Amino acid sequence: MVVLDIETEDGQREALRRMLTIRAFDTKAADLFSDGELPGFVHLYVGEEAVGVGACSALESDDYITSTHRGHGHCIAKGLDPDLMMAELFGKANGYCNGKGGSMHIADVDAGMLGANGIVGAGPPLATGAALTSHLKGEDTVALAFFGDGAVAQGQVHEAINLAATWDLPAVFLVENNQYGEATPVEKQHNVQNLSETAEAYNIPGFTVDGMDITAVYEAVKEARKRAADGEGPTFIEAETYRYHGHFEGDQQPYRTEEDVAIWKDRDAIESFKRRLVDAGTITGAEFDEMKAEIDQQIEDAVGKAKDAAYPDPSEAYEDMFNAAVPEISDFSSGMRADGGEDR
Amino acid sequence: MSTETSSGTGPDRTKEMTIREAIRLALREELERDDDVFVMGEDVGAFGGVYEVTGDLVEQFGEERVRDTPISEAGFMGAAVGAAATGTRPVVEIMFSDFIGVCSEQIINQMAKNRYMFGGKTEMPVTVRTTEGGGSGAASQHSGTIHTWFAHFPGVMAVAPATPASAKGLLKSAIRSDDPVIVFENKQIYEQKGEVPLDDDFTIPIGTASVEREGEDVTVVATQRMVGESLELAEELAGQTSVEVIDLRSLYPMDTDTLVESVKKTGRLVIADESPLSYGTHAEVATRVMENAFYSLDAPIQRVGVADVHIPFSPALEEEVLPHGSDVEAAINRIV
Ligand SMILES: Cc1ncc(C[n+]2csc(CCOP(=O)(O)OP(=O)(O)O)c2C)c(N)n1
Ligand SMILES: [Mg+2]
Repeated sequence: MVVLDIETEDGQREALRRMLTIRAFDTKAADLFSDGELPGFVHLYVGEEAVGVGACSALESDDYITSTHRGHGHCIAKGLDPDLMMAELFGKANGYCNGKGGSMHIADVDAGMLGANGIVGAGPPLATGAALTSHLKGEDTVALAFFGDGAVAQGQVHEAINLAATWDLPAVFLVENNQYGEATPVEKQHNVQNLSETAEAYNIPGFTVDGMDITAVYEAVKEARKRAADGEGPTFIEAETYRYHGHFEGDQQPYRTEEDVAIWKDRDAIESFKRRLVDAGTITGAEFDEMKAEIDQQIEDAVGKAKDAAYPDPSEAYEDMFNAAVPEISDFSSGMRADGGEDR
Repeated sequence: MSTETSSGTGPDRTKEMTIREAIRLALREELERDDDVFVMGEDVGAFGGVYEVTGDLVEQFGEERVRDTPISEAGFMGAAVGAAATGTRPVVEIMFSDFIGVCSEQIINQMAKNRYMFGGKTEMPVTVRTTEGGGSGAASQHSGTIHTWFAHFPGVMAVAPATPASAKGLLKSAIRSDDPVIVFENKQIYEQKGEVPLDDDFTIPIGTASVEREGEDVTVVATQRMVGESLELAEELAGQTSVEVIDLRSLYPMDTDTLVESVKKTGRLVIADESPLSYGTHAEVATRVMENAFYSLDAPIQRVGVADVHIPFSPALEEEVLPHGSDVEAAINRIV
């Protein structure tokens, strides 16, 4: 696999590829959801690609990330396989969580992806924990938490940052300020102008960067990663970005207008990165079109494979609760449910 | 139960509506009746709530009394406790009961304990509304049925409506109560319809169960979604087995008398509730019946619920773990 490192030309093309993959994956997920093909909820990352890819580009491959309910982009940025992600969205047995998790819980701990998360604000403490492991074991891995502007209002986010700051843990806290938590705009949730101002309270560096510019995100995270790895503790980064889709698919979005969205689309991160690479001669327009067509096909194929894949056997519902076997669960599935207790 | 719209006149007037509408009506009436009542939660205002329960209330009562909060369950749950102790009657929405973990401190060590610890010197008129239940592919962090935790915990009252009328009546009682009450709303039945009394003083006393259908052969004590499914089943079995269906509806305090009276008549009991089975709501109902009607039982008590697993995402798995009317039927067949 090509290494994601936007300081090299190969890495830049890879970054572009991952951004396009995220967009294609999530645009497809939107269609599938509106066609009633996907169960549950899906929260899409379209518009925010530069944040996930820029950040992961600054990480080493064995670094950890924690994610959110809007996690598909983080997964792809971290190098997860869209085939297995799509299978998970369909609830198929070969998905990342064997169908148990779905869109909101995709995880691949071996790849350093500690899980999308259905609980707003639950990721940062996990990143603090991964950073604690690194610290205790003297490893040089770093943990980066992606979380939303809304999550900044959660008590456990404050606690996680304070712990990491007080213990000088190798963590990076990256807020994706996409301007809304559900339907509520950021200024109705917080009393500061920039969320990065809160860093001052922890006596750690805080920066606000343009989240529509992959290089800006990359540079901020690169610097933060270096501080973390050098034992200087966490950094708080706020990336200003925007989600093009509703909070969840099906959201009527009464809280904003198409013009509001258009302002951000004009600054589209993929478009501007592509232009820069074309201008620099890193990629030609034709190569870009080819890359995009290839990715679109890859996502189509992922959907086809996911549709063809088998659902988990219903008996798997009773597996994975514990490492050990417990009779309460095995007895229920092996007979109690149908037959009742012995005295029936 | 009537499914027709019977408007009528006077205090007995009823109207057919969904559970969602019945809850909104209860909120509207109580906001109108008492200026101390206010509603608070995430996107309950202009957005109308994620499950569209609060709807247009903000238009009538304004942003002060239908307050949008940041995503800060611990903060606003605690604020509700503080506000209630000092003279208001907050109605808090926790979008999914799974999120109660985030604010459980404020519930268990503050809301539930303050009155007792302070020697009865404070009242705690907090109402918490929250959603439960699987069936929408929402996976383990958005599908739980957790009411047993709080029905178990001393100092909290817990109710769980199954019909539009009880949704209205129980919520109004909760808001008028000087004690903390958590209302557990199963999200799969928000669209379920039924007749609802329009009297704005219609309430259902907390601590009462309701015999929704009389029968002779077996008692089914059910909650939430399982009430409707048990009633349908009872209708199907009519002529063959006579099934009495009781909506437990108040988990704590529990209407032991109504349950015991029914089992003394039928001699058989099935308990259907979407909680995990171990240490659960089922166990509490069974114990009360055994303590009070043991010698009337003609067969072992049967439990219908979820195995001790979380609600999985994949439809193939979710369908497997959720209890249905067919499980109640199998349970009845084992003992009748
Ligand atoms: C503890 C908790 N509270 C509420 C929710 C419901 N919820 C899901 S996403 C969301 C908005 C999150 O906003 P933000 O953190 O800005 O992330 P974004 O959706 O904008 O990416 C809310 C309130 C939740 N999942 N968990
Ligand atoms: Mg946001």
